[in-house]
Amino acid sequence: MSGKVTMQEKDMQQVSAQQRIVKFAVKCMVYLFLIIMAVVVLFPFYWMIISSLKSLTEYRLSVPTFWPQKIMLSNYLEAFTTASLGRLFLNTMYVGVVSTLLSLVITILSAFAFARLEFKGRETLFACLLATMMIPGELFTITNYSTVTQLGWMNTYTVLIVPFLVSVFYIFLLRQNFMQIPNELYLAAKVDGSGDLKYLCKVMIPLSLPTLISITILKMMGAWNSYIWPRLVANDEAHRMITNGLRNAFTETTGDVNYPVQMAAVALVSAPLFLVFVFLRKYIMAGVSRSGIKG
Amino acid sequence: MVDSKQQWKAWLYLAPAIILLLVFTVWPIFNTVRMAFLENYSGLKAAAGMQFTFGIGNFLKVLEYRRFLQCLKNTCLLCVLTVPISTILALLIAVALNSIKFLQKGLQTVFFLPYVTNSIAIGMVFAAMFNVVGSFYGTENELVVTAGIINNVIEFFGGSHINWINYGSTYEANMFVMVVYIVWNALPFKILVLLGGLQSINKQYYDAAKVDGTPRRRVFTHITVPLLSPMLAYVIITGFIGGFKEYTSIVGIFGENMGPPDDAKRLNTMVGFIYDALETNSQGRASAAALILFGIILVVTLINNQVSKKRIHY
Repeated sequence: MSGKVTMQEKDMQQVSAQQRIVKFAVKCMVYLFLIIMAVVVLFPFYWMIISSLKSLTEYRLSVPTFWPQKIMLSNYLEAFTTASLGRLFLNTMYVGVVSTLLSLVITILSAFAFARLEFKGRETLFACLLATMMIPGELFTITNYSTVTQLGWMNTYTVLIVPFLVSVFYIFLLRQNFMQIPNELYLAAKVDGSGDLKYLCKVMIPLSLPTLISITILKMMGAWNSYIWPRLVANDEAHRMITNGLRNAFTETTGDVNYPVQMAAVALVSAPLFLVFVFLRKYIMAGVSRSGIKG
Repeated sequence: MVDSKQQWKAWLYLAPAIILLLVFTVWPIFNTVRMAFLENYSGLKAAAGMQFTFGIGNFLKVLEYRRFLQCLKNTCLLCVLTVPISTILALLIAVALNSIKFLQKGLQTVFFLPYVTNSIAIGMVFAAMFNVVGSFYGTENELVVTAGIINNVIEFFGGSHINWINYGSTYEANMFVMVVYIVWNALPFKILVLLGGLQSINKQYYDAAKVDGTPRRRVFTHITVPLLSPMLAYVIITGFIGGFKEYTSIVGIFGENMGPPDDAKRLNTMVGFIYDALETNSQGRASAAALILFGIILVVTLINNQVSKKRIHY
């Protein structure tokens, strides 16, 4: 009898040992898969940075080096002057900051009206706004192109800022946030005799700061990454945006390009985005997971 | 409750948004439809006082264009190839990430990194990686200096280098590069959404499966995927919509040329076609193409919704 029991116990032990080995192997496979994918995802960034630090001769070696033999920081200086990145940077910052500020004001006011004030046709109007989100932007662009031409806005900062000030998605996002703030606070403020604007500044804005930060970041990133609209309406020296400038400065496709300098320019353009990513990742992720809209 | 003072205050707050929306969103909807149905409408000719007759000529003309059909084919092909690949890869990565504890946060950050990039700038990096460097003009005695890092890797494993994007490259090679780049670019958003979905699945289901001794694969197909189906539907729909609007990623790799130097516009897309028509002041044709694009997106969304209704378990 006792012999049989120990046999069973032994079997059990063996099975659990086997299970442990399988479990361990699966874990290893999972980590291996993730690490390989992580390397694939990171490789272009790595390649961009080390290429930007190589000399042209080293870049052209038939056997590639995975670490620059001699670090050429001068590539960055050359990139900065070739693509006149300074001017592009200032243009983009100007457009980004102004359009973000104006956009925030408009979004806050509209979201407040939709979330707190009662007026006829509120739900219908909001539904109509949401419906416009389904339409591809190209459909608007065609007419807007004619509109801004007629308004004489071609090659101005205005044309880069005004047409995109209202984003239905941002209004939607902020309205959701405002609606979570209990109405009692609003009524109490009214009893105290403080006006709407004061209540908005003192209570609602501080309480929905995370959403406002998300909107700010997405809007700034949008300005930084915009390409199609600026190319159509403001592609002159004085108003050119950074992405257009970058693409224009290196349009050669025949193969004989100074790649290290080009990669240095790309790294310079990407650098602010990385900084935003490092410090404000959580806000971007919060905004993005609810949208599916890039920039 | 609804007093008249609140009424006009509400409209006052909404005024800036409504005025801008009327000019830049509502008017364009009507005007674009109008221009699409005016034969050969052109902004320049309209400014000169020319009248246009009503008709569906723009649509017929657009559909007859061989260039438009090429754009349609490119766009559809990119969608059909990239959406399933990126969704499956993102699902695998999200499931793997969800099953580990050590390094989870760090790897999650790494996988989100490509999202926060400029698609033109990083497109140029991919172009450099796939480029064949040297004087490469398709002539007899050309000097290939280095074949680019991707070709270096292929040669390291004993293959011979492939002309990916340069002069004389094949359509298939071009497409391959585009698919790799678009999938790379699409992964972060999908992983983010799917991982969020996985983390909200009730652990009880997995515990129950464990008690029953359900094999891993069955747990995946019978618990994880069904409970994740709303998120999967979401990333697939947004993937298709984004795919049909593909444009800047191609500009990033090939430049405004939209193709290798010897065959410009070969990789042009629907959106590219619309902008080309706009630049030649053929607003009528551009509008017609934009409405066709809208129609396709609408149909794809409806099909997706229909399939979702049958398949999704909420």
